[in-house]
Amino acid sequence: MDDKELYFWRGPLPETQALPPDAAPEPWGETRVVGKPVTRVDAYDRVSGSAIYPSDVILPDMLHAAVLTCPHAHALVKKVDTAGAEKMPGVRAVLKDGMPGTNVPWFQGRGGFSSRLFDPHCRYEGDEVAVVAADTIYQAWDAVRAIDVEYEVLPHAVTVEDAMKPDAPGLRDGGNVPPAAKPYERGNVAEGFKAADVVLEQTYTTPCELHNPMELHGCVAKWDGPRLTVWESTQGVYAVQSGVANALKLPLANVRAIGPYMGGGFGSKLETGKYSVMAALLARKTGRPVRLFYTREQVCRSMGNRPANTISLKVGAKRDGTLVALESRAVGTGGAYAEDGTGGVDYLIRELYTCPNVRCENSSALTNAGPQRAFRAPGHPQGAWALESLMDALAARLGMDPVELRLKNVPAASQTRNGVPYSTTGLADCLREGATAFGWAEARGRRPAPSHIKRGVGVAAGMWQGGAGGPPSTAIVKLFPDGSANLNMGASDIGCGTKTWGAQIVAEELHVGLDRISVEHADTGTTQFATPSGGSKTVPTESPAIRSAALDVKRQLLSMAAEQLKVPAADLDLRGGEIVSKADPAKKLGVGQVQAFGRRGVLVGVGYRGPNPQGKATNPFGAQFAEVEVDTKTGEIRVLRFLSAHDSGRVLNEKMFRNQVNGGVTMGIGFGLTEERVMDRQLGKLLTANLHDYKMPTALDAPADKTVIAIDPHDTFCNTGAKGLGEPATIPTAPAIANAVFHATGLRVTDAPMSPARVLRAMAALKPAPAGRKGEE
Amino acid sequence: MSHDEQGKPAATATGVSRRGFITSVGSGAIGVAAAGALVKGAPPSPPPDTLKAGDLSAVTITVNGRRHQVLVEARWSLLYVLRDRLGLTGTKIGCERGECGACTVLIDGKARYACMTLAVEADGHEVTTVEGLMQGEELGPVQQAFAEDDAFQCGYCTPGQVMAAEGLLRENPSPTIEDVRHGMAGNICRCGAYAHIFTAVVKAADLKRGGR
Ligand code: FES
Ligand code: FES
Repeated sequence: MDDKELYFWRGPLPETQALPPDAAPEPWGETRVVGKPVTRVDAYDRVSGSAIYPSDVILPDMLHAAVLTCPHAHALVKKVDTAGAEKMPGVRAVLKDGMPGTNVPWFQGRGGFSSRLFDPHCRYEGDEVAVVAADTIYQAWDAVRAIDVEYEVLPHAVTVEDAMKPDAPGLRDGGNVPPAAKPYERGNVAEGFKAADVVLEQTYTTPCELHNPMELHGCVAKWDGPRLTVWESTQGVYAVQSGVANALKLPLANVRAIGPYMGGGFGSKLETGKYSVMAALLARKTGRPVRLFYTREQVCRSMGNRPANTISLKVGAKRDGTLVALESRAVGTGGAYAEDGTGGVDYLIRELYTCPNVRCENSSALTNAGPQRAFRAPGHPQGAWALESLMDALAARLGMDPVELRLKNVPAASQTRNGVPYSTTGLADCLREGATAFGWAEARGRRPAPSHIKRGVGVAAGMWQGGAGGPPSTAIVKLFPDGSANLNMGASDIGCGTKTWGAQIVAEELHVGLDRISVEHADTGTTQFATPSGGSKTVPTESPAIRSAALDVKRQLLSMAAEQLKVPAADLDLRGGEIVSKADPAKKLGVGQVQAFGRRGVLVGVGYRGPNPQGKATNPFGAQFAEVEVDTKTGEIRVLRFLSAHDSGRVLNEKMFRNQVNGGVTMGIGFGLTEERVMDRQLGKLLTANLHDYKMPTALDAPADKTVIAIDPHDTFCNTGAKGLGEPATIPTAPAIANAVFHATGLRVTDAPMSPARVLRAMAALKPAPAGRKGEE
Repeated sequence: MSHDEQGKPAATATGVSRRGFITSVGSGAIGVAAAGALVKGAPPSPPPDTLKAGDLSAVTITVNGRRHQVLVEARWSLLYVLRDRLGLTGTKIGCERGECGACTVLIDGKARYACMTLAVEADGHEVTTVEGLMQGEELGPVQQAFAEDDAFQCGYCTPGQVMAAEGLLRENPSPTIEDVRHGMAGNICRCGAYAHIFTAVVKAADLKRGGR
C-alpha cells in the first residue's frame, strides 16, 4: 500500500489551491473549547431518534428493491427467467443482464479487474444476478424468490492454497495469481541473522474479519428530470457522486450524494456499491424513488472483509535486545475481484522498530469468496499480531521486560521513507506512561494463583501508516451579524464526531458558543469537496482547513472593525460577540455594529488544508496493556482490564477521544478472541453469514475497566497538531491480549482468534494429555 | 422476516397455514392473542384456513400512547410497521433476525426485538419506541445520559441501546455495572462504545431516581 492509496480516491488526487500567506497560524496554546469533553453537537439527534440515516429516508411513492444473488461459489448464469416475477403483485420493475441500461462496467476496489453490473460470470456466492423493485419490501422479496435462474456451476477455490494450484479454476483470464510485487528490502537480512545472538521464527495466522457496520449498505435514489439524488450510507459522498456519475455516464453536477448521518463503515463504505447504480436504474425505469438496502446476510457475503493472512516471521537480535534482522513472508486473498490480500500487512515489520536489515515478501491469489475492502487499518492488526507476539517471545527468550525490549528499539525516523525523521513520535512515552498507569511492573510480578483460572498481563505497541492527512480540503465558515456561525465541509461523520470537533474549532477561534454554531456537511450539492473519511485522516485533513476558514472570517471582521474604530487591526481581539481594542478596552464594537459587515449580510471565510512539511514523516503511535483471565479447563479468555496510551497529537475532544480508542480496542478484542469468517471449502459458501455465527464483541466481551491516556508531543505538522486515531486504536489490541495469555499460562497462541477450542488445543500440545484421554482430539 | 433469497422460508407468497403460523410465532399468551387478531376484520365465520401474502387483517397497536389501527399482512414484522407504515424511523434495522438489537422497543414495558415480533402479535399491546421516551422536545433520562456520556459513535445502534437500557431500568432501577453488562448483552454496538454505554446506563438510573 503506498501512502497515496490512503486517500481512498480513484484517479489523481485533487490539489488544494495556493494558500494565503497566513494559513499557518501559531499553534494553539491554552484552549477554551478545543480538547474539552463537550457533548456532541448532534447528540440530541442521535439519541432522540430524529437523525435521519439513509436507511430511514422515506419519500412519497417510494419503491423498495431486493437483489437476487448467486447461490454458488462459481457459476455461469445461463438463463434468468423473470416472467413470473414481473407479474406478481406490487412488482414495478425487474432488471437483469442484457436489459437496456444494465451494461454498466464495474471495477471492484483499487487494482481490481473489470466485470459488469450483472456479470453472468459469478465469481463468488453473492454476486448480483437481478434486482426487483416493488411497492413493499415483502413483495420485492416474493418476486426475487420467483425468479428462475439456470446456472452452470463451475469448480471453485475459496482458499489461497487451492487458488494457487496450477489447475485451479480461473476467476479471470490470466490466472488467479497477480504478478508478484517486488519484495521490500533494506540492508541484508542474511548478514543480519548471522550477526544475531538470538533468532526466533514463527508462523502466525489471522482471521478473515467482516466489517458488519450496524447500518446495512444501501441507498435511496430519486430522479428529478436529468438530475439524480442518492441518499447513501457512505464514508464519502464525493466518492459516491463520482462512482455513480461514472457508471451512468452522468455529469457530476447532475449527481447529488447526501449522507450526513451514516451507521458505521470501518472502511466498507469508502466507495459506492452496485446498489446505488441498481437503485438509480430502477428509479429511472419506474419514475419513482427507490430504496435499496442489502440484507445482513448479503452484507456478510459481499460488503468487504479483512483478508485472513498467514505470516511467517523471523527476528534476529543481539543479547541486549537490539534488533538486527526481520524477515517476513505473508500470504492472503482479497477474494474475488480484489487482487491484494496482503496490503499493509508488513508495514509494522518495516517501520515500528529500528532494524537495519529487513525483508518482506507478500503473495496473494484471487479466490471465489467475498471481495475484501479496506478494513480499519488495512493489514496492520495482522502484522501486529505477528510482530508483537514475536517481540514478546523474544523478550521472554532474552529474559527482558517486554516494555524494555520495545523501548530499546524505538525509532526516531521513518525507515521506510528513506530515514526522514518523524515530525514527532510519542511511542516511547506511550510505552512508559502506559506501563506506569497500568501498574505494569507490579502486575507482572504477581504470583500466580493456585487455580485453574490464571491471570496475566501483556503489552503490545503499534503505529499506523496513515494518520497525517493532507490536502485537499476546503472548509467554509460563515459568520452572521448576530455573531452566530455556520461551518460547511464535505467530510462525513462516520462516528468520530466530525461535526463536533469542527464546531469546537470554530467556537475556539470566533468565541461563539457551540449552541450558536450550525454544521452542514457530507452533501455534494451544498458542501465542499472532501475525500472519503478513511485512513484516520479526517481529523488531520479537515481540522486545519476549518481553523483556517474561521481565522479567515475573523481577519475580515477585524479589518472592517479596525477601519470603523480607527485602530490597527492587530490591536483588535474578538471575544464574546464583541471586538475589543487591546490597547484601550473602552474601544469596542458588537459584531452586529460593524457597519461594513452589516452591508455584506454574511461574512464568508474560506480555509484550505496546506501541505505537510517536507522531509518529515507524521504518524500516530500507541501502546496497549491488557490484563486477562484464562480458564484452563474451558479455554475461555476474559479481558479484565485494558489500558491504551495513544499519541495522536492534539486531542480535539477528550470524551470522544476516549470513546474512539475504546471502540478500536473492542474491535481488536473481536479480532483476537471471537471474530472469524468461515467458508465451507467444499461448497464454497459462507457459513457465518449472520451475526449469530459471525461473533462480534458484545457488552459481555468488552471490559468495563478501560483506561485511555493521551500522549501529546505537540506536533506542528499542521495548524491543529492533531493526528489520526481511529485506526491506531485497533492495531495492538489482539497481541496485547495474546501476550497476556502467555504471561498467564505459558501458552503461546499463534492463531487468531483465540477461541476456547484453539486455546485448549494449544494447551494439549503444551503438556502431555492425561492418561486415558489420548486420541480424543 | 427473513429476506434471504437462498433459503425458502415458511412464509412465502403461497401462504402460511394458521397452524404453522402459530407454532412459529411462539407460545403462551401472545400466540393466543395473535390468533385472535387474525380473525378480527375477517368475515365472522368461518375463519379462513390459510392467509395469503396480501391478505390484510386489522390490528390496533398503541405506539407511544397513540392508538393506531393498521391493516397488516400476517407476515409483517412490528419493525416494518413501525418504520415503513407509521414512519417511526427512530427504531433501526440491523439484521431482521433477532441478533443485533437495533430494533429494540418496549412491548408492555419490556424490551423486545421488533423484528422478531409480528405486527399481529402486537395487536392490543402497548409499544414504546425511542421517540416515545422524549418528554416533548426534551430528552428522557436515558437519552440524556447517553448524550452526556458519549455512549455512541455512529449512533445507529443507539435507539436500540437506549430502549434496552430503559427496559433494564424498569426491571432493575439500581443496576451494578455487571447487571448492565448482562442486561445490554443483546445489543451489538459495532463502534464498540460499550464502556461509555455502561456508565451511561448507571447515570440514567441515577437521573431516573431524580438525582442530578
Ligand atoms: S434488527 Fe432486530 S435484532 Fe437486529
Ligand atoms: S454507535 Fe455505531 S454501532 Fe453503536
